[in-house]
Amino acid sequence: MSNLRSLTFDAIIIGGGGSGLRAALELAKSGKKTAVLSKVFPTRSHTVSAQGGITCAIASDDPNDDWRWHMYDTVKGGDYIADQDAAEYMCSEGPKAVFELEHMGLPFSRLDNGRIYQRPFGGQSKNFGEGGQAARTCAAADRTGHALLHTLYQNNLKNNTVFLNEWYAVDLVKNASGDVVGCIAMCIETGEVVHVKSKATVLATGGAGRIYASTTNALINTGDGIGMALRAGFPMQDMEMWQFHPTGIYGAGTLVTEGCRGEGGYLINKDGERFMERYAPNAKDLAGRDVVARSMVMEILEGRGCGEKGDHVFLKLDHLGEEVLGKRLPGIVELSKTFAHVDPAKDPIPVVPTCHYMMGGIPTNIHGQAITMDESGNDHIVNGLFACGEAACVSVHGANRLGGNSLLDLVVFGRAAGMFIEGALNEGIEYLDASESDIESAMKRITRWNESEGGESIPELKAELQEIMQTSFGVFREEKNMLEGVDKLALLRERIANAHLPDKSNAFNTARVEALELDNLMEVAEATAIAALERKESRGAHSRYDYPDRDDVNWLKHSLFFPATKELKKRDVNFKPKTVDTFEPKVRTY
Amino acid sequence: MSNLQVSVYRYNPETDSAPYMQEFQVDTKGRDVMVLDVLHMMKEQDSGLAFRRSCREGVCGSDGMNMNGKNGLACITPLSDVVKNNKLTLRPLPGLPVIRDMVVDMGLFYKQYERIQPYLQNDTPPPAIERLQSPEERDKLDGLYECILCACCSTSCPSFWWNPEKFVGPAGLLQSYRFLADSRDTATSERLSNLEDPFSVFRCRGIMNCVAVCPKGLNPTRAIGKIREMLLADAT
Amino acid sequence: MVTNITSFGRSGLSDWLMQRVSAVILALYTVFIVAFLLFNPNLDYYTWSGLFSQTWMRIFSLLAFVALAAHAWIGLWTVTTDYLKSTRLRVGVQAVIILGIFVYLVWGIQILWGA
Repeated sequence: MSNLRSLTFDAIIIGGGGSGLRAALELAKSGKKTAVLSKVFPTRSHTVSAQGGITCAIASDDPNDDWRWHMYDTVKGGDYIADQDAAEYMCSEGPKAVFELEHMGLPFSRLDNGRIYQRPFGGQSKNFGEGGQAARTCAAADRTGHALLHTLYQNNLKNNTVFLNEWYAVDLVKNASGDVVGCIAMCIETGEVVHVKSKATVLATGGAGRIYASTTNALINTGDGIGMALRAGFPMQDMEMWQFHPTGIYGAGTLVTEGCRGEGGYLINKDGERFMERYAPNAKDLAGRDVVARSMVMEILEGRGCGEKGDHVFLKLDHLGEEVLGKRLPGIVELSKTFAHVDPAKDPIPVVPTCHYMMGGIPTNIHGQAITMDESGNDHIVNGLFACGEAACVSVHGANRLGGNSLLDLVVFGRAAGMFIEGALNEGIEYLDASESDIESAMKRITRWNESEGGESIPELKAELQEIMQTSFGVFREEKNMLEGVDKLALLRERIANAHLPDKSNAFNTARVEALELDNLMEVAEATAIAALERKESRGAHSRYDYPDRDDVNWLKHSLFFPATKELKKRDVNFKPKTVDTFEPKVRTY
Repeated sequence: MSNLQVSVYRYNPETDSAPYMQEFQVDTKGRDVMVLDVLHMMKEQDSGLAFRRSCREGVCGSDGMNMNGKNGLACITPLSDVVKNNKLTLRPLPGLPVIRDMVVDMGLFYKQYERIQPYLQNDTPPPAIERLQSPEERDKLDGLYECILCACCSTSCPSFWWNPEKFVGPAGLLQSYRFLADSRDTATSERLSNLEDPFSVFRCRGIMNCVAVCPKGLNPTRAIGKIREMLLADAT
Repeated sequence: MVTNITSFGRSGLSDWLMQRVSAVILALYTVFIVAFLLFNPNLDYYTWSGLFSQTWMRIFSLLAFVALAAHAWIGLWTVTTDYLKSTRLRVGVQAVIILGIFVYLVWGIQILWGA
């Protein structure tokens, strides 16, 4: 393997979405030799699909808004397993990060006084839940993610970040001491495989919604970073926590922003009833996403669903009028015409809860440093490995993420990771070089595919995996079904290990990329399945028929899945914010 | 219901000495699916078929291609919009070098985008909060910032075909005007002086193919007209 | 910024403006000549040369000739840079065009003022 070409950087950032580009920007500005390695051209990353906005207490809509109120909402929204020091950091640093984005040129919508427009989103309150609905989500019409991602890419161009576009990271390279010292990556255009050496490897690879058959996620969201970290033996946190977004377009799965409900839209069942009034009398359609999604499924199960099969509900927007729709939700009008054949100014949009966001991921501290846990339950930093964005679990979202908190997470923790790495590089980092055999073990997987001579087809196995996850690990879960799912996944893992890559060519071989992605989907699915089976309670997005209540005695904890033993352990949640009092767990109602 | 006849441009530099068109029969079960769905069905028949895709909802700009002679995004183009006589011909975006099958080398396109300095420039120190901008000033950016860099416009523009190294092209110029029109940008005269040569802007002949194909409904020709007006106002 | 030494004004803006101004001059001249022909259905040599013996007509015609030369050069230069990718061929063709335009211009002036 010594004939492998190597590239050396101070920091390599894997993933060109919001968090990766934000981290890269910080490092590029400091003059560190930084590269962003992305399997797609950066502006094709999934951040581009974020619609509604970035939630942050910038005190524009309400001059008295307070980041502590935002923090309270975040902790409550996460059903109290969000780490409070991380939520504190995100909500208090947030305004700075958002103003920086504005200074970089992000074209936010505006209020008459020239400040950034903010809209109401689900789970937002003033005065720690006592002051009614807040409007805290900063928006660029309904294309905030697009505006944010392009702004970050543009500013990376300005600061001369090195881009390895359309390169695919295959696996992490660890040295003899277990430090991460880079990765194996493939140039998709030429098929060349190289060893990327780096003192800091940042996994900013986003989510993995493609483990489900029905998802709002892009086709590229295959959990590559999660798969790489799991194969390298690092644990995953809270992987049972998958958010099902209430409003995916029925049939197509494309997202319709929560901002629709923020602007005054609401859900109706087949009788035309605004059913959320029954489930969440105060917040109604702007309750937490997990609450709304479950309520929708209840309506459908109880026979009040819409359509011939009664398997979806409607999102009503026509009462907002064409002007508001055109000004505030132009992208939604476009999407629903294209994918639902419905003009929202006239008819309601058919929607159904759809897999949207992975709250779990690589456990990190607020500096983006990856964490593992020893036998006696003590945290340890993984040298050289960082994560930020959806791939990471800091954890600010706990068991359920609030709308608009994802974009804030990206920029705040991308920025934090960048700043921390810059400091660490300035102080000097020395790790052992990877040996031949270290590199070889990171090459094992791609070699396996390249030498496969027969076996099952990749797209079929992928479809089976997605079907298993959809059936056994959806909005509502129960033991028997999940056990079946876990068994099926174990068999599937064997089959994938023997699957066949028919096309071995080098130039832009997308079949090879899909084969490598399938391995990652498998890793994510397994971690999700085992964590979901083991967490015997209902909390946030994890909702079980057989354990319908929250169990704070046993499960006010993070779950930590260890790949080597396939065991699930518990990790303490942080209840010690630095500047505010702890938010004690309360019954969560909206 | 007879199968859809799809003719696809194929070229693998490792095995093919020249590109060719390959015929596929695709059973869409009579549904009016998107062209991208058809590509996925074909990839199940032949895993070697290469094309880019990501968001599958028309916002990432990966799957720009030429469908029955017209550029567009495969993921938001239903068959009923393009198929004629049950036939669909798919080719890569014209005017850029082909890497493999439907995948083109977008290097020239991105180079022209980078040339217009696609980032906000403001030489005053930033305030502690955001820079203020009135809703009217912000409205000027509508129809400009939404570009997804899919290259459908520039690769349908004859002027870009003839001078891809020198003519910025409709996508780049739309972004150029996005920053010229931004009340927060202070580099107007520098931006304009970089554009006054005979090629960068003035190769636009007002053919308006860009407007006809833009999947986001944007109007680069109008933006180019505005740049010309600004250049004229600046120089006279 | 793309630099070019063979373009008319070495600036796209001035070329663009010149193309439009010259087009207006040529349009006016054309309208005048067509109108003159229509109003003089039985045009003879004396009327025609009488027209061109007046100073204002000679200046107007000269203006139109110069506009035509500029217009033709800018237009043909553009065509050559679009379609002729071989530098040698393009410069050759451009030289022929310049020579042609020069000959026509001198010839035109000679006819106008030479009589």
